[in-house]
Amino acid sequence: MMFDIDIRKQLTSGARHFTLQVRFRSACPRVVILGPSGAGKSLTLKAIAGLMQPDSGHIRIGQRTLYDSQQRIHLAPQQRHVAYVFQDYALFPHLTVRQNIGFGLTRGWRNPSRDIHDDNVEHWLQVLHLQGLANQLPEALSGGQRQRVALARALATSPQALLLDEPFAALDPALRQETRLELARLQQRLEIPILLITHDPEDADVFGDQILRLENGALIRQDTRGVGS
Amino acid sequence: MDSTWSTLVLSLKVAGWATAINLFLGIGTGFLLARTRFRGREIIDSLLTLPIVMPPTVLGYYLLVVVGRNGWLGAWLHEHFGIQLIFTWQGAVLAAVIVSFPLVFKPARAAFEAVDHQLEQAGRVLGVSEWGIFFRVTLPLAWRGILAGLLLAFARAMGEFGATLMVAGSIPGETQTLSVAIYEAVQAGQDGTANQLVLVTSIVCIALLLLAGRLAPGRISHQTQEQA
Repeated sequence: MMFDIDIRKQLTSGARHFTLQVRFRSACPRVVILGPSGAGKSLTLKAIAGLMQPDSGHIRIGQRTLYDSQQRIHLAPQQRHVAYVFQDYALFPHLTVRQNIGFGLTRGWRNPSRDIHDDNVEHWLQVLHLQGLANQLPEALSGGQRQRVALARALATSPQALLLDEPFAALDPALRQETRLELARLQQRLEIPILLITHDPEDADVFGDQILRLENGALIRQDTRGVGS
Repeated sequence: MDSTWSTLVLSLKVAGWATAINLFLGIGTGFLLARTRFRGREIIDSLLTLPIVMPPTVLGYYLLVVVGRNGWLGAWLHEHFGIQLIFTWQGAVLAAVIVSFPLVFKPARAAFEAVDHQLEQAGRVLGVSEWGIFFRVTLPLAWRGILAGLLLAFARAMGEFGATLMVAGSIPGETQTLSVAIYEAVQAGQDGTANQLVLVTSIVCIALLLLAGRLAPGRISHQTQEQA
């Protein structure tokens, strides 16, 4: 089982109540959660990454338990080894592309230096075609380039799963289709499970082995295609 | 001229120490109030901002009550450590710290609040410790606002008069800072000395202003990147 997720979370904001209840198991390496904005998609990803603690339930990826309310397990985000690509990428604006990619590889209180030479960083610069941009700051990059930096930064830490929040939303249509296919190829090569959330049915069609529909905090239908198709 | 020189050195020493202490106090409390949620947070913020609106003589009086020889803290310090703050240059530092603290704390809090939480979350997911995130993400991005506050605080500490006079007095060569010395000179009818002191103070202030100009936004952000 790649993903074994069971999350319950009650949120109250003023007079509004929102209940998130997401429960699914999947053996597929490419899972897509599809739903309109406000359905609780990002909340689900945040819970898996450890940035939000559910009220109860469990979160398991592969053999590892990241959260289990009954066993009182709640790993810190730092210990989950799960990579997260935010919708607007969250690149560090004061660091170059190379420093951004090396960020998670550097421990301690100091950032990697501008001329950091790390095989891992060089590898991801090359895989995602970023060599020419290595010394640029994020503000100088286009949307598609930023996304590749965010992806490289996430993958450089050798995560055990990759969470993607609306990864294609900010790209123009031509680039979108190309990026979907590229990401699918990358997933097959790396063999790490990917959980992607999107509002766009086309993303789900192209990318997802398993498609889950989320509305108002609850899963309403599951479509599964053959594993690996 | 000798006494003018020593007065200037004393003023710079007092303002320098006060700014250095406020660097830690201001960043610490600014970060705490920007990043934690608890009841009474805004009340604490208001209390810490009081020195901006209170007359310095009132602050000086409070300080006398607390750290004076008969004050609860002053008596305790004297009894256990033999430390006396009243009529010492350290007392002048204390007065300058209190008076200039909000000028560091306020911009620091605002600068920390302006840092995008998502960047810190990204750092966590990438496996970097909370301290690492503070020094590698939060502080570099907030540094510009903090530095502006520190410069203001240094200038304010240099010009501090009321609280300093009440706590440290006006002992030439020991606690008499530039502002206090100017007042004393004018009171004593020593126009020559007063002119000299005013000239020195003006030069220092203009130098500070030029320094602040050199650290203007563009340059500061460049430096932050280099440090990072």
